[in-house]
Amino acid sequence: MSERVFRTETLAIHAGQIPDGDTGSRALPIYQTTSFVFDSAEHAASLFDLQTFGNVYSRLSNPTVAALEERVATLEGGRAGVAAASGMAAEALALMTLLQSGDHVVAAGSLYGGSVTMFSVNLLKQGITTTFVDVNDADALAAAIRPETRAVYAESLGNPSLNVLDIATVADVAHAHGLPLIVDNTVPSPALCSPIEHGADIVVHSATKYLAGHGTTLGGVVVESGRFDWANGKFPGMTDPSPGYHGVRFHETFGDFAFTMRCRMESLRVYGAALAPQSAWQILQGVETLPLRMERHCANALAVARALRQDARVAWVSYPGLDDHPQHALLQRYMSGASGLVAFGVKGGLQAGVRFIEGAVFMSHLVNIGDTRTLISHPASTTHRQLDADQRMAAGVPDDMVRISVGLEHIDDILWDIDQALDAAAGRAR
Amino acid sequence: MPIDDAAGLRRILGRDRTIAVVGLSASWHRPSFFAAKYLQSNGYRIVPVNPRYAGQRILEEPVHASLEDIPFPVDMVDVFRRAEQVPPIAASAIAIGARTLWQQIGVDSAQADRLAGEAGLDSVMNRCTKIEHGRLFGGLHWVGVNTGVLSGARRGAAPGTARERRA
Repeated sequence: MSERVFRTETLAIHAGQIPDGDTGSRALPIYQTTSFVFDSAEHAASLFDLQTFGNVYSRLSNPTVAALEERVATLEGGRAGVAAASGMAAEALALMTLLQSGDHVVAAGSLYGGSVTMFSVNLLKQGITTTFVDVNDADALAAAIRPETRAVYAESLGNPSLNVLDIATVADVAHAHGLPLIVDNTVPSPALCSPIEHGADIVVHSATKYLAGHGTTLGGVVVESGRFDWANGKFPGMTDPSPGYHGVRFHETFGDFAFTMRCRMESLRVYGAALAPQSAWQILQGVETLPLRMERHCANALAVARALRQDARVAWVSYPGLDDHPQHALLQRYMSGASGLVAFGVKGGLQAGVRFIEGAVFMSHLVNIGDTRTLISHPASTTHRQLDADQRMAAGVPDDMVRISVGLEHIDDILWDIDQALDAAAGRAR
Repeated sequence: MPIDDAAGLRRILGRDRTIAVVGLSASWHRPSFFAAKYLQSNGYRIVPVNPRYAGQRILEEPVHASLEDIPFPVDMVDVFRRAEQVPPIAASAIAIGARTLWQQIGVDSAQADRLAGEAGLDSVMNRCTKIEHGRLFGGLHWVGVNTGVLSGARRGAAPGTARERRA
């Protein structure tokens, strides 16, 4: 009998949660507990030796959190997942499990600011170096790889620059060098893009954004494909006896979900950035409607981008869903939509950008993305204000740049608010 | 063709209670020991088969040199041996009246699969008993693994457990 292959909409609602065996509860119970009782001393010993699967302490695993982990792993077409307290915690969990002092990473030249800081400051402090390149340039990527390189890191859809990753090409180069490709799939979400299908080995998420989707809850998830060959000689931490787990060889023991088990049992256990059960539940409420919401985010964002492109008060528009965007063909190859982020330039430079932000009625000025609400930010006067104008240009953040995370309000109202904020930016009264 | 669907694997793991583990290691951190220890703690009777340890005990069970040496019926023969060594083990499994020949992950003798199938045994290939039990009866879900199991009915009790006996 062949197994049914369920579609994304179905998996977003069902994967990872079967009605509770004891109570029959249809909705996911929130297991608000730190710890779980053992059946016996023998059971406790088996759990600590990893010889049986079960819950011990919510820093390692929790049934409510497990539902989120399995659901996101399933949506990504991966083998297994592990959740963390935030997107940054998930990224750190994957990288700290994979890397050690002396290792090197090749990362995409344009990344979320928090990720740039993690590579260029925090990992560097631990003796892990990073080379930033345009990873879509296969020759530049290959040239940046060294004998001590252990990973290639990129975003499927860059934030805030909205560049599209050529996933299969980058994966091919990484694999030819025996390296895993780690992809941050936060911006498109698994509803629009499946990096693993195109060759990614590890996917990381800020679940805070589209997965949770309502601007309420922090969380992150790491998913592994189950396909990377950890026994290729470059990853002794996966194949040698683990000093933290009395000699368990993770790869030999757990096979195609060994990386996730190592993240959980070696890193999450020690660094402790576990996701709270309440947060996992909140995020799952969002995930159930993810495919529906992403459809509308994409439709609204495309309408905004088209309107801005025709607006005389706007200097430029960047949205890879526009058919004249230089990466539109690449987007169509890898994603079923361009997600909800639109970047554009307000004529009049930095001050006009500030006036646009201040002129909005319901669009909120803040630095999150992926909310039901339309969010706006002006990097030059906020996140990038410590840089001078030349440095901002080099960072891909011109002074007139406004980023909109287009929400789920009625498109006519969103276009109205943008229109009247553009009037304010141009110095016209409302 | 080996059985590979969830319903088929669930039927086998729900029916078979006595499992002869061919090639069981006495080292606690080896995969065969992990799997056997897991199955034992989930209510299965484990029968170690390994000539290297014949006469000793592993997991408190006496070790037999061969399948033919086991003085009682076994339901499943679970094989931790290289693929080329499996066909004679399949012949022994048939001879002692086992219901299932189960070849572990990385063990994939098509010849043994065919022998077992022709003799009316259920045959599973290149799968881990521990991982499939955990996948189908709940434990693997707790460590975030994509189990592929969707259900609108309440989660059934694992076979052989107190909750199953209550149900």
